[in-house]
Amino acid sequence: MSALLDSLAAGFAGDATCRAALDDALRLGLPQPRSEAWKYTSLRALERRSFSASTAAASVPGAQLESIPSPRLVFVNGHPDAVLSNLEGLPAGVSITACGDTRSRSIANGSTGHTADDVFVRIGLALATRGVSLHASAGTRADSTIHLVFVGTTTEADLAWHLRNEISLSDGSELTVVEHHLACGPHAHLDNGVMHVDLSKGSRLTHARVQSGSSSGTSLLRTEATIAASARYERVDLELGASLSRHELVVRMTGPGAALVSNGVMLAQGRRHVDTRVRIEHDSPESTSQLNWRGLATDRGRVVFRGGITIHPGADGSDARLSNKNLLLSDAAEIDTQPVLEIHADEVKAAHGATVGQLDPDAMFYLRARGLGEGEARILLTAAFCREPVATVFDGPLRDFLVSRVDDSLSALRGGLS
Amino acid sequence: MLKIQNLHVRVAGREILKGLSLEVAAGEVCAIMGPNGAGKSTLGYVLAGRDGYEVTSGSVTFEGRDLFGLAPEERAAAGLFLAFQYPVEIPGVNNTYFLRAALNAQRKARGEPEVDAVQFLKLVRSKLEVLHLKDELLHRGVNEGFSGGEKKRNEIFQLAVLEPRLAILDETDSGLDIDALRTVAEGVNALRSPSRAFIVITHYQRLLEYIRPDAVMVLADGRIVERGGPELAEQLEAHGYAWVRDRIAPAASAAATAQ
Repeated sequence: MSALLDSLAAGFAGDATCRAALDDALRLGLPQPRSEAWKYTSLRALERRSFSASTAAASVPGAQLESIPSPRLVFVNGHPDAVLSNLEGLPAGVSITACGDTRSRSIANGSTGHTADDVFVRIGLALATRGVSLHASAGTRADSTIHLVFVGTTTEADLAWHLRNEISLSDGSELTVVEHHLACGPHAHLDNGVMHVDLSKGSRLTHARVQSGSSSGTSLLRTEATIAASARYERVDLELGASLSRHELVVRMTGPGAALVSNGVMLAQGRRHVDTRVRIEHDSPESTSQLNWRGLATDRGRVVFRGGITIHPGADGSDARLSNKNLLLSDAAEIDTQPVLEIHADEVKAAHGATVGQLDPDAMFYLRARGLGEGEARILLTAAFCREPVATVFDGPLRDFLVSRVDDSLSALRGGLS
Repeated sequence: MLKIQNLHVRVAGREILKGLSLEVAAGEVCAIMGPNGAGKSTLGYVLAGRDGYEVTSGSVTFEGRDLFGLAPEERAAAGLFLAFQYPVEIPGVNNTYFLRAALNAQRKARGEPEVDAVQFLKLVRSKLEVLHLKDELLHRGVNEGFSGGEKKRNEIFQLAVLEPRLAILDETDSGLDIDALRTVAEGVNALRSPSRAFIVITHYQRLLEYIRPDAVMVLADGRIVERGGPELAEQLEAHGYAWVRDRIAPAASAAATAQ
């Protein structure tokens, strides 16, 4: 077994069900080198590392979180922090708790896959004794945004934590959630998470996830969402930080008229590796999915994107659109993109496209002919390229906030761009 | 102000400009007319500094400086402006933000103080009126979703805000209806001044009814083949470019007619 899995398993405490689930995962081990699902993301460096279990919360200066308004629930190194959390202004009908050990239930309900490719999800479910549970009751119309904040801090040892979070919306409810993953000081922790999202009939969730973790950190996440009839899920993922970030987003549309908008921005600079794997399952008729993902790789960075959409038998009249455009800004950077569309139904509209290229030379010349320097023109065009997926989902202050997060990350690239 | 001497330019290995010479003085409006493929747009692009235009011989000086020693943005800061025949759409780059950034980049390069948001807004409002441009266009992406006419008016609007020393209008009249044409011409006329020069590149005489040129040049086959006053434009309109061809190479033209 690998040093990695050994060290993660050493943090185990729990009953026989959890132990069995963990042993099951350990027996299969890490994904095989030939695994299709992990083809572009090597675990060779990670498997040799060991992490200590995160056993206690650490302190974070409150000022660090000033820009994130309440209601907010804050986790530090995988532990809920009652002092930093502030649930003031929580809309009526919305409940949010830092939940305790729900492993037996989540393992029993687990539909998370049973191969070595799913090792981190399975280990996560066996080890996750904490997480967030966010629920909107039927008919709730929440007008304020709920913030879920996950902070990693500098510590002596490299830590690992596993969180199992859930967001569930009852019939006809509406909620906006922003997940913040950020670093307070440099660290090389492993943040392994599973997020379950369950949208009941006619509900509507708007969800942003800003991953701006430590530049040496590792972020592994599986999001599993189900969208019932006439429910709508709109999300934006900003992959701006961490040394290795792998996000598997699995969305299943289980009722007629279910709708998904999933946009994202993936920035890979330095030696960052960003891997996003989207799997959309159209199970029901008249369901729609629209995906707009943008990737940018510079220096020795690497972006991996797989957008898989399956329209199953019976999902007639479904509409699926996937666009993945990428900017490759240095010779040593790499982008691997793979749109996969499978259609087994009738009267389906589906389109997908993926491109990898450089900035448009006509636009560059236009800006320079008006007086902007080459570097400035590049920055302007790059920012515009990255903002679009955000601006089509969010507006108002949330859009401004998310755009400023993207802009901040891009300004850190300035040297590389200009 | 601008002095072009015996300019030869190749594009994708083909010679397009074949010894073009031209002088434009401050305060002058110089119209360049010519048939399709004569090299009119090439002239605009090579002056503005677009990639892919290879100068094989000749020289261009702009206010005494060697133009080819300058990057496109340095030419802009020196006071050269090209109104594009096909303005580029740049979604996601706000029109106002872009224009202020461009103005300030130019001012910075010239050692002038930058213009703050309030001053800029005032400047923009005063220029918008002249061009009958909708306020709303300012808040969109650069040329994003603009109609053909709006794009051309936006070029002249930029010209008005940036106040260059030399403006090159590359077929600004193409694709404009008569009302838009008049608006654009009014915008240009309002900017005429003793210290500013214009090169108006056009295929038709129509625009020159509204923007009266001081000089008219005919560009054909990569060279200036005729020079005259406004009356030359009228002659062209009456006789067509075949008339020019006769005058460049009467023998060849006669041979063609004989066949």
